[in-house]
Amino acid sequence: MDEFKEKSIDLATQEMLKKAQDENINTAWDRLELQQPQCGFGQLGLCCTVCNMGPCRIDPFGEGPQSGVCGANADTIAARNLARKIAAGASAHSDHGRDVAHTLSLLADGHTHDYEILDVEKFRDLASEFGINIDKPKEQIVKELSKRLLEEFGKQDGELVFCKRAPKKRQNIWKSLNITPRGIDREVVELLHTTHMGVDNDYKNIINTGMRCALSDGWGGSMVATDVQDIILGSPKPVRGKVNLGVLKEDYVNIVVHGHEPILSEMAVKASMDPELVNLTRRAGAQGINLAGICCTANEVLMRHGIPVAGNFLQQELAIITGAVEVMMVDVQCIMPALHEIASCFHTKLITTNPKARFPGVIHVEFEPKHAYEVAKQIIKTGIENFSNRNKERVNIPKQEMDLVAGFTKEIVFQILGGRYRATYKPLNEAIISGRLRGLAGVVGCNNPKQTHDYFHTTLVKELIKNDVLVLQTGCSAIACAKQGLLIPEAAREYAGKGLQEICEAVGIPPVLHLGSCVDNSRILTAASYIIAEGGLGEDLSDIPAAGAAPEWMSEKAITIGFYFVASGVYTVFGASPFATLGSKNLSDYLTGQLEEVVGAKFEFCDDPLKMAHLMINHIDNKRKALKLKPVMY
Amino acid sequence: MKQLYYDVDKCLGCKSCEIACAVGHSATKDLFKALKEERVSLPRKKVMHTRGKNYPVSCRHCKDPKCVDACMAGALSYDKEKGIVLHDETRCVGCWMCVMVCPYGAIRPNIKTRIPLRCDKCKDKDEPDCVKACPTGAVIWQEEVEIKL
Repeated sequence: MDEFKEKSIDLATQEMLKKAQDENINTAWDRLELQQPQCGFGQLGLCCTVCNMGPCRIDPFGEGPQSGVCGANADTIAARNLARKIAAGASAHSDHGRDVAHTLSLLADGHTHDYEILDVEKFRDLASEFGINIDKPKEQIVKELSKRLLEEFGKQDGELVFCKRAPKKRQNIWKSLNITPRGIDREVVELLHTTHMGVDNDYKNIINTGMRCALSDGWGGSMVATDVQDIILGSPKPVRGKVNLGVLKEDYVNIVVHGHEPILSEMAVKASMDPELVNLTRRAGAQGINLAGICCTANEVLMRHGIPVAGNFLQQELAIITGAVEVMMVDVQCIMPALHEIASCFHTKLITTNPKARFPGVIHVEFEPKHAYEVAKQIIKTGIENFSNRNKERVNIPKQEMDLVAGFTKEIVFQILGGRYRATYKPLNEAIISGRLRGLAGVVGCNNPKQTHDYFHTTLVKELIKNDVLVLQTGCSAIACAKQGLLIPEAAREYAGKGLQEICEAVGIPPVLHLGSCVDNSRILTAASYIIAEGGLGEDLSDIPAAGAAPEWMSEKAITIGFYFVASGVYTVFGASPFATLGSKNLSDYLTGQLEEVVGAKFEFCDDPLKMAHLMINHIDNKRKALKLKPVMY
Repeated sequence: MKQLYYDVDKCLGCKSCEIACAVGHSATKDLFKALKEERVSLPRKKVMHTRGKNYPVSCRHCKDPKCVDACMAGALSYDKEKGIVLHDETRCVGCWMCVMVCPYGAIRPNIKTRIPLRCDKCKDKDEPDCVKACPTGAVIWQEEVEIKL
């Protein structure tokens, strides 16, 4: 098993990788090996494919060409390549937000009856935030609010409404740099324009435009997604759940939801309890329907319903390799094209649901918000019918499953800390001011087979909580730590430093808080703004003793998240390999140095999780010193 | 005795062999770190392009090496057993005579260090790094064969 230990620290993953090898099935790890060596020009960001005079490459050793056919040098090429990734990442999050806002507008116009306003308080707060008079019938408010939300995408001037959530000082920094996002779609388009052949050649200016685009995601598209999902699907509350491949059940019809948008999977949760389907399941000889999730769709249904999580990004293929999955229903983002081939090795039916994300030769059941419940029912029915095709001899479900507590939001943190009737962030601020808590860390992001799966996430987070840093998590990073038992209150006693332990025991929370999917990183931004509003920890997000990290990142969305964190003033450390910018010394030095003078935060790249933790802890300590806070208590 | 051969119909000109060569001869053996070394390691192999085809070019380790004859400092010698032209960098004076006489243009001057860059067949490894780096199999490492024209 030694060769598998290098691939993942997770026992369930190791077991499935062994099975894959025995059955001659290729996974992402094998494909990574086949891709070696990966192109050095690509890794350094020095290959430009923007125009048809190219492709051009800059010689990283300084002997050969130092500019492309058009004359673009390493700085311009690397910055443009990075900017295009920021645009793609922002597009993914923001388009998700648009779909959710669109569902709200269908609800407003009576075109869908499968959704309703579930969090009335948040709905009213949001309407007020948009300046809508809430002393009128609910239907009227929904109409106005959904119109205003959708307008945020197409706005040309002014600024995004959510930008006002940021501390005044931060808003002023954005204004002085001219990077306040105006319209969600506009910033993506403008950024792509600047990277066209022969437009922007100043790497610093390209990064500025990139930051504005990233902000239109963090304080725009992602925030719309999170807030509207909370309104129509219900705001999460602390909930118990289970995680890892062991949540798949042998005698049940296993339906795995995978992707990012919860609008349909929410209906799958409802439909899995439909009496008609339950009856059908019994007739098919199964004990029941077992719904489980992968990636951020999993996080969404976990946060709201405690639906078990089968695994994170690198476990999507392995879930099918258990041989026990009847249907894998996918929506958008982070769905490996390899799933089709893997599914064809088993009875598993892969079903695509989003018109934007299709595979040739794969069953497509298109999701329409108008008939959401019916679509979900149809998909689950396919799963039940497929149960009889399962080859029981090829079923191997790993035993590993772990308990976890998820469902923390910026609102819930208020209530837990201050109580429902005097909801406040005061106790949190005071814990940091008094030094019981060193500070806060946001640890987020993907998996990447270039690193030992889950090792970076868990090693980093354990070191942070040992040093009294409260960790906020989203996405596949949260799932990684959950699998290692860090998301249960008892983890405080085992892993946390004394100060953090005292807090966790007093309020009954885990030392690591699961805030949801990757669009829910917007919850971290708003929570940080509340901390500033509460007082005592400076006037800007960059004053808070806090840091961010994406230890095992792989997607373009991770780059965008990094940029909106940094542009919001949060020092952010990336693991795995750095952004593809090392071919340009100027750009790399700018991102990891000078940028701090511009926006009050910078990037760091580090390939050792313990070093990452101490970079973050040092940063937190420096911020404590700058605020003249007492030394850390323990 | 193994020798480097090239299937030029397969060479896409990606220059992965160049990068692998430079990294393989660096102190850190890591792409990202190699660029930051004080004495930047340079590739000993270059992909040339002519008449629609790409030709990876590096020292052929000739049996009758013109460069060894031309070396006035005695820094070059031919090791018959290994079939390799050895280069003692400590004796090299950077006169570039080897660069001038090479019939293949396979030796390049490194102006900064004043020492020529030449392939050493990655002599301490089982096979040269350029062979491993080639994504299409255009770089071939095999026993020497006589080519009949």
